[in-house]
Amino acid sequence: MPIILVVVIFQVFILRQPLPNVGDLLIGLLLVIVGLALFVKGLELGLFPIGDNMAHALAKKGSSFWLVLFAFALGFSTTIAEPALIAIAGEAADVAARAGAIGADDLARMEYAKGLRLTVAFAVGLAIVVGVVRIIMGWPIQIFIITGYAVVIILTAFAPREIISIAYDSGGVTTSTVTVPLVTALGVGLASSIRGRNPMIDGFGLIAFASLLPMIFVMLYGMFIV
Amino acid sequence: MSATMVFLSLLWGTMMDVLPIASVLFFFQLFVIRKPIPNTASVLMGFAFVLVGLTLFLVGLEMALFPVGRLMAEQLTSPIFLQLSEDAELHWMDYYWVYAFGFCIGFSTTIAEPALLAVATKASEVSGGAIGAWGLRVAVALGVAVGVALGTFRIVIGAPIHYFIMAGYLVVVIQTFFAPKLIVPIAYDSGGVTTSTVTVPLIAALGLGLAETVPGRNPLIDGFGLIAFASLFPVMSVMAYAQLTEIYQGWVNRARARQDAE
Repeated sequence: MPIILVVVIFQVFILRQPLPNVGDLLIGLLLVIVGLALFVKGLELGLFPIGDNMAHALAKKGSSFWLVLFAFALGFSTTIAEPALIAIAGEAADVAARAGAIGADDLARMEYAKGLRLTVAFAVGLAIVVGVVRIIMGWPIQIFIITGYAVVIILTAFAPREIISIAYDSGGVTTSTVTVPLVTALGVGLASSIRGRNPMIDGFGLIAFASLLPMIFVMLYGMFIV
Repeated sequence: MSATMVFLSLLWGTMMDVLPIASVLFFFQLFVIRKPIPNTASVLMGFAFVLVGLTLFLVGLEMALFPVGRLMAEQLTSPIFLQLSEDAELHWMDYYWVYAFGFCIGFSTTIAEPALLAVATKASEVSGGAIGAWGLRVAVALGVAVGVALGTFRIVIGAPIHYFIMAGYLVVVIQTFFAPKLIVPIAYDSGGVTTSTVTVPLIAALGLGLAETVPGRNPLIDGFGLIAFASLFPVMSVMAYAQLTEIYQGWVNRARARQDAE
């Protein structure tokens, strides 16, 4: 855990202060490490083999309807289970409540966090669909990314200031432990089963879409609820 | 509420979080592919692991990662540590340890990131060794480190985030035209891959802590955004790395050709 090393070095040599609540912090760290290890192990045992097989099987089957539906469902459901997004949505709700943007009670915060997560999940689902269609059609990725950037910039001008940085963050948060392996398997499987597609050029890039669309949708969400 | 009650309610919440993905996979397996699930026992065990693991992680997150990030931000920006009198006008240069901390956290967590290792190995395989796995990892880690450091700098000075991000996009778009074609999708993906489950909460807490302690900053407007920086800069650094190796290769080839001619 290089993080611990960096924190300890800064704490001891630069701040020269002892950490308060060392006991709590250590227990918490232990829980994080054990929890994450179990989580990843469980994914490898349960979800990844099925998801991997399924992505390949569906890509080979060639039914575009099921493929698109699967792409959306996969993007949506993996994002809901993404631990980093759970953490950030909760934090965003706390900050919004303290700043008075939403009600300070637990219910309002839970609603806000859930709304944020559903928005992001929907965006990722849609992004995977766009990415899959792109792989099938073989369109170049740059056009989409640059258009996406343009939309992000235009929306930034209209979205409320409070949501902008959360929106930008949500792009990076969505794609981690659960989403990346399953989505990459889908992309590479798809690109290698379609003739004339290079897995290197066409297989990657789903993640990039999955990072871009949430920004757009979270900004829309912010404009909608304020 | 007792600790067990908290744990149980969290476990219930986790169950609801994992339910969608489980139902999607089972639905497609049974109704679309129409095959029984292989190794049902190990799959079920995997799900149990996922549930317990995620719950423990979320508990530990509240107990350790958030407090540590916030604490570091508070201590690194406290007037006592900065050795300034309470009423002194703070200059952005005074916060240099914050930037150093951001850089170190960004670099160290990324270089050890398993997801990045997998992508780097794959990229090196597919490119036939032209893109070195180590070089790619260092490039991404440097990108994240610079991104986080710059992000903390933005929080300190309180500039609007979209100026930075737009400038970053512009650089990415220009680089896309000149970078080797093979690297472009990998570069775009590397932005999303790098920000891992442990890094995200810690960096987010660091940003929020900074926005709370630096005078004149609003956590809601200034506190978030570090992750966006950490996702954008690797895209640039990976393309830059590929461009540099290309230039270097061309230079080596020319030198060799000259030698052969002599």
